[in-house]
Amino acid sequence: MSITEFLTDLLNPDLAFLPKALAIAIMSSIVCGVVGCYVVLRGMAFIGDAVAHAVFPGIAVAFVLQGSLVLGGAVAGVATALLIAVFSQNRRVKEDSIIGVFLVGAFALGIVIISQAPGYAGSLQQFLFGSITGIPDRDLYVVVGAGLVILGLVLVLHKEFVAVCLDREMSRAMGLPVFWLDIVLYVLVTLAVVISLQTIGNILVLALLITPAAAARLLTDRLGVMMLLAPVIGGTSAVVGLYLSWSYDTPVGGTIVLVATAVFLAAWLVAPRHGVLTRRRGRPVERELATGTSPHPGSGLPDPR
Amino acid sequence: MRALDIEGLDVDLGGRPVLRDVRLHLDRGELVGLLGPNGAGKTTLLRAILALTRTCGGTVTVEGKPSRPGRSEIGYVPQRHEFTWDFPISVEQAVMTGRTGRLGLLRRPGVTDWRAVGDALDRVQLTGLRRRPVGELSGGQRQRVLVARALALAPRILLLDEPFAGLDLPTQELLGDLFASLASEDRAVLMTTHDLVAAVDSCSRLVLLNGRIIADGRPADLQNAELWTKTFGVSATSPLLKLVKAV
Repeated sequence: MSITEFLTDLLNPDLAFLPKALAIAIMSSIVCGVVGCYVVLRGMAFIGDAVAHAVFPGIAVAFVLQGSLVLGGAVAGVATALLIAVFSQNRRVKEDSIIGVFLVGAFALGIVIISQAPGYAGSLQQFLFGSITGIPDRDLYVVVGAGLVILGLVLVLHKEFVAVCLDREMSRAMGLPVFWLDIVLYVLVTLAVVISLQTIGNILVLALLITPAAAARLLTDRLGVMMLLAPVIGGTSAVVGLYLSWSYDTPVGGTIVLVATAVFLAAWLVAPRHGVLTRRRGRPVERELATGTSPHPGSGLPDPR
Repeated sequence: MRALDIEGLDVDLGGRPVLRDVRLHLDRGELVGLLGPNGAGKTTLLRAILALTRTCGGTVTVEGKPSRPGRSEIGYVPQRHEFTWDFPISVEQAVMTGRTGRLGLLRRPGVTDWRAVGDALDRVQLTGLRRRPVGELSGGQRQRVLVARALALAPRILLLDEPFAGLDLPTQELLGDLFASLASEDRAVLMTTHDLVAAVDSCSRLVLLNGRIIADGRPADLQNAELWTKTFGVSATSPLLKLVKAV
Protein backbone atom coordinates (compact mmCIF):
# COMPACT_ATOMS: atom_id res chain seq x y z
CA MET A 1 0.00 0.00 0.00
CA SER A 2 1.34 3.42 -0.90
CA ILE A 3 1.59 6.29 1.55
CA THR A 4 -1.15 8.16 -0.36
CA GLU A 5 -3.55 5.26 0.09
CA PHE A 6 -2.69 5.17 3.80
CA LEU A 7 -3.44 8.90 4.06
CA THR A 8 -6.74 8.42 2.22
CA ASP A 9 -7.68 5.66 4.67
CA LEU A 10 -6.75 7.92 7.58
CA LEU A 11 -9.25 10.51 6.30
CA ASN A 12 -11.97 8.00 5.43
CA PRO A 13 -14.90 8.52 7.88
CA ASP A 14 -15.73 4.78 7.69
CA LEU A 15 -12.31 4.04 9.14
CA ALA A 16 -12.58 6.57 11.99
CA PHE A 17 -10.76 4.19 14.36
CA LEU A 18 -7.56 4.50 12.32
CA PRO A 19 -6.66 8.17 13.02
CA LYS A 20 -7.74 7.60 16.64
CA ALA A 21 -5.35 4.65 16.95
CA LEU A 22 -2.60 6.67 15.28
CA ALA A 23 -3.09 9.59 17.69
CA ILE A 24 -2.99 7.27 20.70
CA ALA A 25 0.04 5.39 19.40
CA ILE A 26 1.97 8.61 18.79
CA MET A 27 1.03 10.12 22.14
CA SER A 28 1.97 6.93 24.02
CA SER A 29 5.30 6.63 22.23
CA ILE A 30 6.22 10.23 22.97
CA VAL A 31 5.33 9.91 26.65
CA CYS A 32 7.00 6.49 26.96
CA GLY A 33 10.08 7.80 25.18
CA VAL A 34 10.52 10.68 27.64
CA VAL A 35 9.73 8.70 30.79
CA GLY A 36 11.73 5.75 29.44
CA CYS A 37 14.92 7.86 29.59
CA TYR A 38 14.76 7.78 33.41
CA VAL A 39 13.87 4.09 33.32
CA VAL A 40 16.89 3.26 31.15
CA LEU A 41 19.32 5.53 33.03
CA ARG A 42 18.28 4.25 36.44
CA GLY A 43 18.35 0.65 35.29
CA MET A 44 14.74 0.15 36.36
CA ALA A 45 13.55 -1.70 33.25
CA PHE A 46 12.32 -4.48 35.52
CA ILE A 47 10.04 -2.02 37.33
CA GLY A 48 8.56 -1.05 33.96
CA ASP A 49 7.94 -4.71 33.24
CA ALA A 50 6.36 -5.21 36.67
CA VAL A 51 4.05 -2.24 36.27
CA ALA A 52 3.04 -3.39 32.80
CA HIS A 53 1.98 -6.73 34.21
CA ALA A 54 0.50 -5.22 37.34
CA VAL A 55 -2.09 -3.19 35.44
CA PHE A 56 -3.62 -6.45 34.22
CA PRO A 57 -5.89 -7.17 37.23
CA GLY A 58 -7.23 -3.61 37.01
CA ILE A 59 -8.03 -4.08 33.33
CA ALA A 60 -9.64 -7.42 34.11
CA VAL A 61 -11.88 -5.87 36.76
CA ALA A 62 -12.76 -2.99 34.43
CA PHE A 63 -13.57 -5.52 31.69
CA VAL A 64 -15.80 -7.59 33.97
CA LEU A 65 -17.56 -4.44 35.24
CA GLN A 66 -17.66 -2.85 31.75
CA GLY A 67 -15.75 0.20 33.05
CA SER A 68 -12.90 2.21 31.54
CA LEU A 69 -9.92 -0.03 30.88
CA VAL A 70 -7.47 2.88 31.11
CA LEU A 71 -8.81 3.91 34.50
CA GLY A 72 -8.88 0.35 35.86
CA GLY A 73 -5.34 -0.26 34.68
CA ALA A 74 -4.12 3.02 36.17
CA VAL A 75 -5.55 2.22 39.60
CA ALA A 76 -4.03 -1.28 39.70
CA GLY A 77 -0.70 -0.13 38.31
CA VAL A 78 -0.33 2.77 40.73
CA ALA A 79 -1.31 0.54 43.66
CA THR A 80 1.36 -1.99 42.71
CA ALA A 81 3.98 0.71 42.16
CA LEU A 82 3.27 2.06 45.66
CA LEU A 83 3.48 -1.43 47.16
CA ILE A 84 6.85 -2.00 45.47
CA ALA A 85 8.16 1.37 46.71
CA VAL A 86 7.04 0.70 50.28
CA PHE A 87 8.19 -2.93 50.43
CA SER A 88 11.58 -2.15 48.92
CA GLN A 89 12.38 0.14 51.88
CA ASN A 90 13.03 -3.11 53.74
CA ARG A 91 16.58 -3.93 52.70
CA ARG A 92 16.48 -7.60 53.72
CA VAL A 93 14.81 -8.64 50.47
CA LYS A 94 16.28 -6.91 47.43
CA GLU A 95 14.13 -4.69 45.26
CA ASP A 96 14.23 -7.00 42.23
CA SER A 97 12.83 -9.88 44.28
CA ILE A 98 10.03 -7.65 45.61
CA ILE A 99 9.24 -6.61 42.05
CA GLY A 100 9.29 -10.24 40.95
CA VAL A 101 6.80 -11.18 43.66
CA PHE A 102 4.33 -8.41 42.81
CA LEU A 103 4.71 -8.72 39.04
CA VAL A 104 3.63 -12.36 38.94
CA GLY A 105 1.16 -12.00 41.80
CA ALA A 106 -0.71 -9.17 40.08
CA PHE A 107 -0.72 -10.92 36.72
CA ALA A 108 -2.06 -14.12 38.34
CA LEU A 109 -4.81 -12.11 40.03
CA GLY A 110 -5.73 -10.62 36.66
CA ILE A 111 -5.98 -14.04 35.04
CA VAL A 112 -8.20 -15.37 37.83
CA ILE A 113 -10.48 -12.33 37.63
CA ILE A 114 -10.83 -12.31 33.86
CA SER A 115 -11.54 -16.04 33.74
CA GLN A 116 -14.79 -15.21 35.58
CA ALA A 117 -16.01 -13.27 32.56
CA PRO A 118 -17.64 -15.36 29.81
CA GLY A 119 -15.88 -15.39 26.45
CA TYR A 120 -12.70 -13.90 27.80
CA ALA A 121 -10.24 -15.63 25.46
CA GLY A 122 -10.62 -13.11 22.64
CA SER A 123 -10.40 -10.08 24.93
CA LEU A 124 -7.38 -11.59 26.63
CA GLN A 125 -5.53 -11.62 23.36
CA GLN A 126 -6.46 -7.98 22.82
CA PHE A 127 -5.05 -6.98 26.22
CA LEU A 128 -1.87 -8.90 25.74
CA PHE A 129 -1.03 -7.91 22.19
CA GLY A 130 -2.95 -4.70 21.58
CA SER A 131 -5.49 -3.69 18.97
CA ILE A 132 -6.38 -0.58 17.03
CA THR A 133 -10.12 -1.17 16.82
CA GLY A 134 -12.77 -0.63 19.45
CA ILE A 135 -11.12 2.29 21.23
CA PRO A 136 -13.85 4.53 22.68
CA ASP A 137 -13.58 8.32 22.10
CA ARG A 138 -13.42 8.80 25.86
CA ASP A 139 -10.13 6.87 25.99
CA LEU A 140 -8.63 9.15 23.36
CA TYR A 141 -9.24 12.17 25.61
CA VAL A 142 -7.98 10.32 28.68
CA VAL A 143 -4.77 9.33 26.87
CA VAL A 144 -4.08 12.82 25.53
CA GLY A 145 -4.91 14.43 28.89
CA ALA A 146 -2.84 11.97 30.91
CA GLY A 147 0.02 12.29 28.43
CA LEU A 148 0.12 16.07 28.81
CA VAL A 149 0.01 15.79 32.62
CA ILE A 150 2.91 13.30 32.58
CA LEU A 151 5.03 15.49 30.30
CA GLY A 152 4.23 18.53 32.47
CA LEU A 153 5.32 16.74 35.65
CA VAL A 154 8.55 15.60 33.98
CA LEU A 155 9.28 19.20 33.02
CA VAL A 156 8.68 20.40 36.60
CA LEU A 157 10.59 17.64 38.40
CA HIS A 158 13.36 16.99 35.85
CA LYS A 159 16.26 18.41 37.84
CA GLU A 160 15.14 16.59 41.00
CA PHE A 161 14.84 13.29 39.09
CA VAL A 162 18.33 13.80 37.68
CA ALA A 163 19.79 14.51 41.12
CA VAL A 164 18.22 11.35 42.56
CA CYS A 165 19.29 9.23 39.55
CA LEU A 166 22.85 10.49 39.94
CA ASP A 167 23.35 10.17 43.67
CA ARG A 168 20.66 9.24 46.20
CA GLU A 169 22.84 9.85 49.24
CA MET A 170 23.75 13.37 48.15
CA SER A 171 20.11 14.08 47.27
CA ARG A 172 19.07 13.14 50.80
CA ALA A 173 21.79 15.37 52.20
CA MET A 174 20.45 18.25 50.09
CA GLY A 175 17.07 17.73 51.73
CA LEU A 176 15.29 16.37 48.64
CA PRO A 177 12.32 14.09 49.41
CA VAL A 178 13.93 11.06 47.74
CA PHE A 179 11.22 8.57 48.73
CA TRP A 180 8.43 10.76 47.34
CA LEU A 181 10.35 11.48 44.15
CA ASP A 182 10.70 7.70 43.68
CA ILE A 183 6.95 7.30 44.16
CA VAL A 184 6.17 10.05 41.64
CA LEU A 185 8.55 8.48 39.11
CA TYR A 186 6.98 5.03 39.60
CA VAL A 187 3.52 6.54 39.13
CA LEU A 188 4.64 8.35 35.97
CA VAL A 189 6.05 5.10 34.58
CA THR A 190 2.76 3.39 35.42
CA LEU A 191 0.66 6.04 33.70
CA ALA A 192 2.89 5.97 30.62
CA VAL A 193 2.42 2.21 30.47
CA VAL A 194 -1.33 2.37 30.99
CA ILE A 195 -2.01 4.86 28.22
CA SER A 196 0.04 2.73 25.83
CA LEU A 197 -1.75 -0.53 26.60
CA GLN A 198 -4.61 -0.09 24.12
CA THR A 199 -2.59 -0.16 20.95
CA ILE A 200 0.60 -1.92 21.97
CA GLY A 201 -0.70 -4.47 24.44
CA ASN A 202 0.37 -5.60 27.86
CA ILE A 203 3.34 -7.73 26.88
CA LEU A 204 4.90 -5.39 24.34
CA VAL A 205 4.47 -2.08 26.15
CA LEU A 206 7.84 -2.48 27.83
CA ALA A 207 9.46 -2.09 24.41
CA LEU A 208 7.95 1.37 23.98
CA LEU A 209 9.40 2.38 27.34
CA ILE A 210 12.89 0.91 26.92
CA THR A 211 13.80 0.59 23.24
CA PRO A 212 13.57 4.24 22.03
CA ALA A 213 15.34 5.52 25.18
CA ALA A 214 18.07 2.88 24.89
CA ALA A 215 18.58 3.70 21.20
CA ALA A 216 18.76 7.42 22.06
CA ARG A 217 21.35 6.68 24.77
CA LEU A 218 23.54 4.98 22.16
CA LEU A 219 23.36 8.05 19.95
CA THR A 220 24.31 10.73 22.46
CA ASP A 221 26.16 11.51 25.69
CA ARG A 222 23.89 14.45 26.47
CA LEU A 223 20.78 13.98 28.54
CA GLY A 224 18.84 16.83 26.90
CA VAL A 225 19.46 15.41 23.43
CA MET A 226 18.59 11.91 24.64
CA MET A 227 15.24 13.10 26.02
CA LEU A 228 14.40 14.70 22.67
CA LEU A 229 15.62 11.80 20.54
CA ALA A 230 13.79 9.07 22.46
CA PRO A 231 10.26 10.43 21.84
CA VAL A 232 11.16 11.18 18.20
CA ILE A 233 12.33 7.58 17.72
CA GLY A 234 9.25 6.28 19.55
CA GLY A 235 6.82 8.50 17.63
CA THR A 236 8.38 7.66 14.25
CA SER A 237 8.27 3.95 15.08
CA ALA A 238 4.58 4.32 15.92
CA VAL A 239 3.73 6.01 12.61
CA VAL A 240 5.84 3.67 10.48
CA GLY A 241 4.67 0.64 12.48
CA LEU A 242 1.01 1.51 12.10
CA TYR A 243 1.47 2.13 8.36
CA LEU A 244 3.19 -1.24 7.88
CA SER A 245 0.65 -2.99 10.06
CA TRP A 246 -2.22 -1.49 8.04
CA SER A 247 -0.55 -2.27 4.71
CA TYR A 248 0.47 -5.87 5.41
CA ASP A 249 -2.26 -6.73 7.91
CA THR A 250 0.18 -7.53 10.72
CA PRO A 251 -0.56 -7.04 14.46
CA VAL A 252 -0.09 -3.34 15.23
CA GLY A 253 1.70 -3.66 18.60
CA GLY A 254 4.19 -6.18 17.30
CA THR A 255 4.89 -4.17 14.15
CA ILE A 256 5.53 -0.93 16.05
CA VAL A 257 7.89 -2.73 18.42
CA LEU A 258 9.75 -4.37 15.53
CA VAL A 259 10.29 -0.97 13.90
CA ALA A 260 11.62 0.44 17.19
CA THR A 261 13.87 -2.60 17.59
CA ALA A 262 15.24 -2.04 14.08
CA VAL A 263 16.06 1.57 15.02
CA PHE A 264 17.85 0.32 18.15
CA LEU A 265 19.92 -2.16 16.15
CA ALA A 266 20.81 0.53 13.61
CA ALA A 267 21.90 2.84 16.45
CA TRP A 268 23.96 0.05 17.94
CA LEU A 269 25.79 -0.38 14.66
CA VAL A 270 26.34 3.20 13.52
CA ALA A 271 26.13 5.43 16.63
CA PRO A 272 28.66 8.29 16.26
CA ARG A 273 30.99 7.34 19.14
CA HIS A 274 29.76 4.08 20.64
CA GLY A 275 28.53 2.23 17.53
CA VAL A 276 30.07 -1.12 16.66
CA LEU A 277 30.95 -0.12 13.07
CA THR A 278 31.94 3.49 13.80
CA ARG A 279 34.18 2.38 16.67
CA ARG A 280 36.13 0.10 14.39
CA ARG A 281 36.63 2.85 11.84
CA GLY A 282 37.44 5.38 14.54
CA ARG A 283 40.48 3.61 16.04
CA PRO A 284 43.05 6.29 15.06
CA VAL A 285 40.94 8.90 16.84
CA GLU A 286 41.05 6.81 20.00
CA ARG A 287 44.82 6.58 19.88
CA GLU A 288 45.04 10.33 19.55
CA LEU A 289 42.76 10.68 22.56
CA ALA A 290 44.94 8.37 24.62
CA THR A 291 48.10 10.37 24.00
CA GLY A 292 46.26 13.62 24.58
CA THR A 293 45.46 12.92 28.24
CA SER A 294 47.49 13.95 31.26
CA PRO A 295 51.05 12.63 31.74
CA HIS A 296 50.08 10.60 34.85
CA PRO A 297 46.96 8.61 34.04
CA GLY A 298 44.50 9.14 36.84
CA SER A 299 46.48 11.99 38.36
CA GLY A 300 43.51 14.29 38.06
CA LEU A 301 45.48 16.98 36.26
CA PRO A 302 43.38 18.95 33.79
CA ASP A 303 43.68 17.81 30.24
CA PRO A 304 45.96 20.07 28.17
CA ARG A 305 43.33 20.43 25.45
CA MET B 1 31.28 29.93 67.41
CA ARG B 2 32.47 26.48 66.47
CA ALA B 3 31.82 25.20 62.96
CA LEU B 4 30.75 21.81 64.27
CA ASP B 5 29.95 20.71 67.80
CA ILE B 6 29.05 17.11 68.60
CA GLU B 7 28.23 16.23 72.21
CA GLY B 8 27.44 12.79 73.66
CA LEU B 9 26.22 11.41 70.34
CA ASP B 10 24.69 7.89 70.40
CA VAL B 11 23.54 6.15 67.20
CA ASP B 12 22.00 2.67 66.83
CA LEU B 13 21.53 0.95 63.48
CA GLY B 14 19.15 -2.01 63.28
CA GLY B 15 19.13 -2.24 67.10
CA ARG B 16 22.92 -2.45 67.38
CA PRO B 17 24.91 0.34 68.98
CA VAL B 18 27.20 1.88 66.34
CA LEU B 19 28.32 5.12 67.98
CA ARG B 20 28.50 5.79 71.71
CA ASP B 21 29.11 9.07 73.51
CA VAL B 22 30.91 10.71 70.58
CA ARG B 23 32.26 14.15 71.38
CA LEU B 24 33.93 16.07 68.56
CA HIS B 25 34.56 19.72 67.79
CA LEU B 26 35.69 21.29 64.58
CA ASP B 27 36.85 24.83 63.95
CA ARG B 28 37.18 26.56 60.63
CA GLY B 29 40.64 26.24 59.18
CA GLU B 30 41.06 22.68 60.44
CA LEU B 31 41.52 19.58 58.29
CA VAL B 32 40.64 16.63 60.49
CA GLY B 33 41.14 13.00 59.53
CA LEU B 34 38.68 10.47 60.94
CA LEU B 35 40.42 7.10 61.10
CA GLY B 36 39.04 3.73 62.03
CA PRO B 37 38.58 0.18 60.74
CA ASN B 38 35.61 -0.98 58.65
CA GLY B 39 32.44 -0.82 60.72
CA ALA B 40 33.91 1.72 63.15
CA GLY B 41 31.03 4.08 62.39
CA LYS B 42 32.90 6.65 60.27
CA THR B 43 30.23 7.00 57.57
CA THR B 44 27.50 6.78 60.22
CA LEU B 45 29.09 9.73 62.03
CA LEU B 46 29.07 11.78 58.81
CA ARG B 47 25.44 10.83 58.17
CA ALA B 48 24.55 11.80 61.75
CA ILE B 49 26.18 15.21 61.21
CA LEU B 50 24.00 15.61 58.09
CA ALA B 51 20.94 14.48 60.09
CA LEU B 52 20.45 11.60 57.63
CA THR B 53 20.35 8.98 60.36
CA ARG B 54 18.31 8.91 63.56
CA THR B 55 20.30 9.55 66.70
CA CYS B 56 19.30 8.16 70.10
CA GLY B 57 21.15 10.65 72.23
CA GLY B 58 23.36 13.71 72.15
CA THR B 59 23.40 16.79 69.96
CA VAL B 60 24.92 17.86 66.65
CA THR B 61 25.28 21.61 66.28
CA VAL B 62 26.34 23.15 62.98
CA GLU B 63 27.36 26.81 63.06
CA GLY B 64 25.37 27.26 66.26
CA LYS B 65 22.16 25.60 65.02
CA PRO B 66 20.90 22.00 65.25
CA SER B 67 21.65 19.99 62.12
CA ARG B 68 18.95 19.09 59.59
CA PRO B 69 19.08 17.83 55.98
CA GLY B 70 19.38 20.49 53.30
CA ARG B 71 21.49 22.97 55.24
CA SER B 72 23.82 24.70 52.84
CA GLU B 73 26.50 25.27 55.53
CA ILE B 74 27.58 21.67 55.05
CA GLY B 75 29.04 20.35 51.81
CA TYR B 76 28.93 16.58 51.58
CA VAL B 77 31.20 14.46 49.39
CA PRO B 78 29.90 10.86 49.54
CA GLN B 79 31.98 7.87 48.48
CA ARG B 80 32.63 7.77 44.74
CA HIS B 81 30.62 4.60 44.18
CA GLU B 82 27.42 6.35 45.28
CA PHE B 83 27.47 8.32 42.01
CA THR B 84 26.12 6.96 38.69
CA TRP B 85 29.16 7.64 36.53
CA ASP B 86 27.65 6.29 33.28
CA PHE B 87 24.91 8.94 33.38
CA PRO B 88 24.95 11.15 30.23
CA ILE B 89 25.84 14.40 31.95
CA SER B 90 28.71 16.86 31.61
CA VAL B 91 31.05 17.85 34.42
CA GLU B 92 29.48 21.29 34.86
CA GLN B 93 25.94 19.90 34.87
CA ALA B 94 26.92 17.30 37.47
CA VAL B 95 28.34 20.08 39.65
CA MET B 96 25.13 22.07 39.16
CA THR B 97 23.09 19.19 40.65
CA GLY B 98 24.71 20.20 43.95
CA ARG B 99 22.48 23.27 43.90
CA THR B 100 19.22 21.36 43.23
CA GLY B 101 18.10 21.61 46.86
CA ARG B 102 18.85 25.33 47.03
CA LEU B 103 17.03 26.06 43.74
CA GLY B 104 13.82 24.42 44.81
CA LEU B 105 11.00 23.28 42.53
CA LEU B 106 10.23 25.09 39.27
CA ARG B 107 13.31 27.35 39.34
CA ARG B 108 15.96 26.88 36.69
CA PRO B 109 19.63 27.67 37.31
CA GLY B 110 20.37 31.38 36.77
CA VAL B 111 23.49 33.51 36.45
CA THR B 112 24.32 33.24 40.17
CA ASP B 113 24.09 29.47 40.01
CA TRP B 114 26.32 29.13 36.95
CA ARG B 115 28.82 31.52 38.53
CA ALA B 116 28.91 29.40 41.68
CA VAL B 117 29.48 26.29 39.54
CA GLY B 118 32.24 28.07 37.59
CA ASP B 119 33.97 29.10 40.83
CA ALA B 120 33.74 25.56 42.21
CA LEU B 121 35.23 24.12 39.00
CA ASP B 122 38.04 26.69 39.09
CA ARG B 123 38.75 25.80 42.70
CA VAL B 124 39.30 22.10 41.89
CA GLN B 125 41.03 22.88 38.56
CA LEU B 126 38.46 21.17 36.37
CA THR B 127 37.47 24.19 34.28
CA GLY B 128 39.21 22.75 31.22
CA LEU B 129 37.05 19.60 31.43
CA ARG B 130 33.74 21.31 32.17
CA ARG B 131 31.96 20.01 29.06
CA ARG B 132 33.29 16.45 29.21
CA PRO B 133 30.87 13.61 30.06
CA VAL B 134 31.55 12.45 33.63
CA GLY B 135 31.93 8.85 32.46
CA GLU B 136 35.17 9.73 30.63
CA LEU B 137 37.00 11.02 33.72
CA SER B 138 39.76 9.31 35.72
CA GLY B 139 39.33 8.40 39.40
CA GLY B 140 41.07 11.53 40.64
CA GLN B 141 39.08 13.77 38.31
CA ARG B 142 35.85 12.11 39.47
CA GLN B 143 36.74 12.83 43.07
CA ARG B 144 37.29 16.47 42.11
CA VAL B 145 33.85 16.61 40.47
CA LEU B 146 32.27 15.46 43.73
CA VAL B 147 34.25 18.04 45.71
CA ALA B 148 33.22 20.77 43.24
CA ARG B 149 29.58 19.70 43.55
CA ALA B 150 29.83 20.18 47.32
CA LEU B 151 31.63 23.52 46.88
CA ALA B 152 28.87 24.80 44.57
CA LEU B 153 26.93 25.74 47.72
CA ALA B 154 29.92 27.62 49.21
CA PRO B 155 29.77 25.58 52.44
CA ARG B 156 31.63 26.42 55.67
CA ILE B 157 32.01 22.75 56.52
CA LEU B 158 33.11 20.00 54.15
CA LEU B 159 32.52 16.32 54.94
CA LEU B 160 34.52 13.90 52.79
CA ASP B 161 33.83 10.16 52.88
CA GLU B 162 36.86 8.06 51.89
CA PRO B 163 38.12 10.50 49.23
CA PHE B 164 41.37 8.53 48.78
CA ALA B 165 39.80 5.09 48.28
CA GLY B 166 41.10 3.35 45.16
CA LEU B 167 43.39 6.21 44.06
CA ASP B 168 47.14 5.99 43.45
CA LEU B 169 49.67 7.87 45.57
CA PRO B 170 50.32 10.89 43.30
CA THR B 171 46.55 11.46 43.01
CA GLN B 172 46.13 11.15 46.79
CA GLU B 173 48.87 13.72 47.27
CA LEU B 174 47.24 16.21 44.88
CA LEU B 175 43.86 15.76 46.55
CA GLY B 176 45.40 16.02 50.03
CA ASP B 177 46.93 19.38 49.06
CA LEU B 178 43.56 20.52 47.70
CA PHE B 179 41.76 19.59 50.94
CA ALA B 180 44.41 21.34 53.04
CA SER B 181 44.08 24.53 51.02
CA LEU B 182 40.26 24.33 51.16
CA ALA B 183 40.57 24.14 54.96
CA SER B 184 42.97 27.10 55.02
CA GLU B 185 40.28 29.20 53.29
CA ASP B 186 38.26 29.42 56.50
CA ARG B 187 36.48 26.11 56.11
CA ALA B 188 36.29 23.16 58.49
CA VAL B 189 37.07 19.91 56.67
CA LEU B 190 36.41 16.46 58.11
CA MET B 191 37.39 13.40 56.09
CA THR B 192 37.16 9.71 56.79
CA THR B 193 39.94 7.51 55.52
CA HIS B 194 41.64 4.16 55.85
CA ASP B 195 44.79 5.63 54.51
CA LEU B 196 47.12 6.41 57.36
CA VAL B 197 49.96 7.85 55.29
CA ALA B 198 47.74 10.27 53.37
CA ALA B 199 45.95 11.29 56.57
CA VAL B 200 49.11 11.99 58.59
CA ASP B 201 50.58 13.83 55.65
CA SER B 202 47.73 16.28 55.08
CA CYS B 203 45.66 16.51 58.30
CA SER B 204 46.18 19.00 61.08
CA ARG B 205 44.40 16.69 63.54
CA LEU B 206 43.52 13.00 63.65
CA VAL B 207 40.54 11.42 65.37
CA LEU B 208 40.67 7.67 66.02
CA LEU B 209 37.19 6.15 66.05
CA ASN B 210 35.90 2.71 66.83
CA GLY B 211 32.35 3.04 68.09
CA ARG B 212 33.67 5.71 70.43
CA ILE B 213 36.39 8.30 70.10
CA ILE B 214 39.63 6.56 71.12
CA ALA B 215 41.94 9.52 70.58
CA ASP B 216 41.86 13.05 69.21
CA GLY B 217 45.02 15.09 68.64
CA ARG B 218 47.78 16.24 66.35
CA PRO B 219 49.49 13.40 64.45
CA ALA B 220 52.66 13.89 66.52
CA ASP B 221 50.69 13.42 69.76
CA LEU B 222 49.34 10.01 68.76
CA GLN B 223 52.54 7.99 69.08
CA ASN B 224 51.17 5.71 71.82
CA ALA B 225 50.87 2.26 70.21
CA GLU B 226 48.02 1.24 72.48
CA LEU B 227 45.68 3.82 70.93
CA TRP B 228 46.19 2.28 67.51
CA THR B 229 45.85 -1.36 68.64
CA LYS B 230 42.65 -0.39 70.45
CA THR B 231 41.20 1.46 67.45
CA PHE B 232 42.02 -1.04 64.75
CA GLY B 233 41.88 -4.19 66.88
CA VAL B 234 45.31 -5.32 65.71
CA SER B 235 48.04 -7.08 67.65
CA ALA B 236 51.09 -5.32 69.10
CA THR B 237 53.22 -6.74 66.27
CA SER B 238 50.99 -5.41 63.47
CA PRO B 239 52.69 -3.69 60.53
CA LEU B 240 50.28 -0.81 61.19
CA LEU B 241 52.26 0.11 64.32
CA LYS B 242 55.54 0.16 62.40
CA LEU B 243 53.85 2.51 59.96
CA VAL B 244 52.63 4.78 62.79
CA LYS B 245 56.18 4.98 64.18
CA ALA B 246 57.59 5.63 60.74
CA VAL B 247 55.28 8.55 59.97
